[in-house]
Amino acid sequence: MRYFKKVLAITVKDLLLEAHTKELTPAMLVFSLIVIVIFNFSFEPGMQNSDIITPGILWIAFVFAGMLGLARSFAEEHEQESIRGLMLAPVDHSAIYLGKTLSNLVFLFCVEIISVLAFGIFFNINIFPILPGLAVVLGLATPGFVAVGTLYAAMASNIRLREILLPVLLFPIIVPVLIAAVKITGSVLQGQPLSDVSGWLNLLAAYDGIFIIVGVLTFEYVIEE
Amino acid sequence: MKKIDIAVFVLGILTFLAISLSLYMAFIYTPLERTMGAVQKIFYFHLPLAWIGFLAFFIVFLGGVLYLITGSIKWDNLAYSSAEIGVVFSTLVLITGSIWAKRAWNTWWTWDPRLTTMLILWMIYVGYIMMRNAVDNVERRAKISAVIGIAGFVDVPIVFMAIRWWRTMHPLLITSKGMGLAPSMLTALFVSLGSFTLLYVYLLLIRVRLGLAMNIAEEIKIRLSDKL
Repeated sequence: MRYFKKVLAITVKDLLLEAHTKELTPAMLVFSLIVIVIFNFSFEPGMQNSDIITPGILWIAFVFAGMLGLARSFAEEHEQESIRGLMLAPVDHSAIYLGKTLSNLVFLFCVEIISVLAFGIFFNINIFPILPGLAVVLGLATPGFVAVGTLYAAMASNIRLREILLPVLLFPIIVPVLIAAVKITGSVLQGQPLSDVSGWLNLLAAYDGIFIIVGVLTFEYVIEE
Repeated sequence: MKKIDIAVFVLGILTFLAISLSLYMAFIYTPLERTMGAVQKIFYFHLPLAWIGFLAFFIVFLGGVLYLITGSIKWDNLAYSSAEIGVVFSTLVLITGSIWAKRAWNTWWTWDPRLTTMLILWMIYVGYIMMRNAVDNVERRAKISAVIGIAGFVDVPIVFMAIRWWRTMHPLLITSKGMGLAPSMLTALFVSLGSFTLLYVYLLLIRVRLGLAMNIAEEIKIRLSDKL
C-alpha cells in the first residue's frame, strides 16, 4: 500500500507540473490532429475501403504523439536536474518507473480521447454508439505502449542521437500492440462485437502484463542521473 | 601458442570441413527438387541461417540477463558479439529468403509471418547496435544493451503470434510452405544445421576474444594517458 502511495506521489507530481506549464499535452494533441489531417490528404476522400485505412491513421497518430510525450518525460527531469532528487528519494526505483508510466498514460489518454472525437468529425463517423468498444481498445493498447515506451525513454534520455534512437528502438518492439490495436479498432468501427476480436484483446492484455513486469524489473538498471 | 589459440584453430579447421561437407551435400548429394529446381538448394542454407539468427539473439538475451545479475562486463561482451553475428545472419536470411521467394512465389517479398517476424527482429537488433555506438560510458552501455536484448527477445513470440493472426484474417495468397522432404534432403539439412552452428560458435569465439582484446587496449590507453 505504501509503495503505491509513492507511485501515485510521482504521478501526481508530473500531473501537477503539466497542469501548471500546460506544455506537453497540448503539443501532443496538436501533433496528433496534424497527423490525422495529413494522412487524410494521402488518401482519396470517400475511398471504397476507408474502413481499412482509418484505424491505421488513428493509431499512427497516437503512437507518434505518444512518442513525443515519452521523449519529453525524462528530458525535463534531466534539464532541471530533478532526476537526482527523484533517485535519492527513499523509494524503490521501480516506483519511479510506475509513477512515470502512469503519468505518461494519463497524458496520452487525454490526447487520445480528444483525437477520437475530432476523428469522428473529420471522417464523418458517429462514434457515440461505438465508444465502449473504443474505450476498451484504448484502455488495453495504450498501457502496453506506454509501459515499454517509458522504459525505453529512460534509457534514451541521456544518450547521443536520442531523438532518432528512441523511435528506432521503440517502434519494432511495439509492432504487436499496433497490429492488435488497428485490428480491434477496425472491427469496432464496423460495429462488430468485441467478442469477435477476443484473441487480439488477450494478446494486448498479455503484452501489457509482460512489459510492465519487464519494466519494473529492469528500470533500476537504466535510470541514471 | 596458448591452449585456447590451438582450440580456436582446430575449431576453425573443423568448421571449414563441415561447411565444405554441407556444400557438397546441398549441391551434389541431394537430388534436384522436382517443382522448384535448383533454387530449392537455398533451403539448405536459408533454414540454418535462420536458426543461427534465433540462437544468436537468444545468446544476446542470456548475456543480458547474466550481465544484470553479475555485473561482469564479459557477459556484455558475449551479448554484443552475438548480436553482431545475429544481425549478419538474419540479414542473410532475409536476402536468401527474398531470392527463394522470387523464384518460388514470384515475388521478392511477401508478408508471411516468418519473413515479417525476421524483419522486425532484424530491426530490433540493428537498433541495438546503433544504440551501442551512441553510448560511450561502458557500464551504461552494457546496462542499456542488456535491457534492450531482454525486451527484444521477450517480444519475439508476441510479434510472431500477432503477425500470424494478422495474416490469417486476410485471404492468404501463399499458404504454408509445407513440403515432403526426401531422406537425403533431410540428412543434408541436418548436416548444414550442424555445420552452421559450428560456424556460429567459431565466429562468436573470435569476436569475444576480439572484444576482450579491445577492452584491454582501452585500459592501456587510459593508463598511458594518465602517465603522460
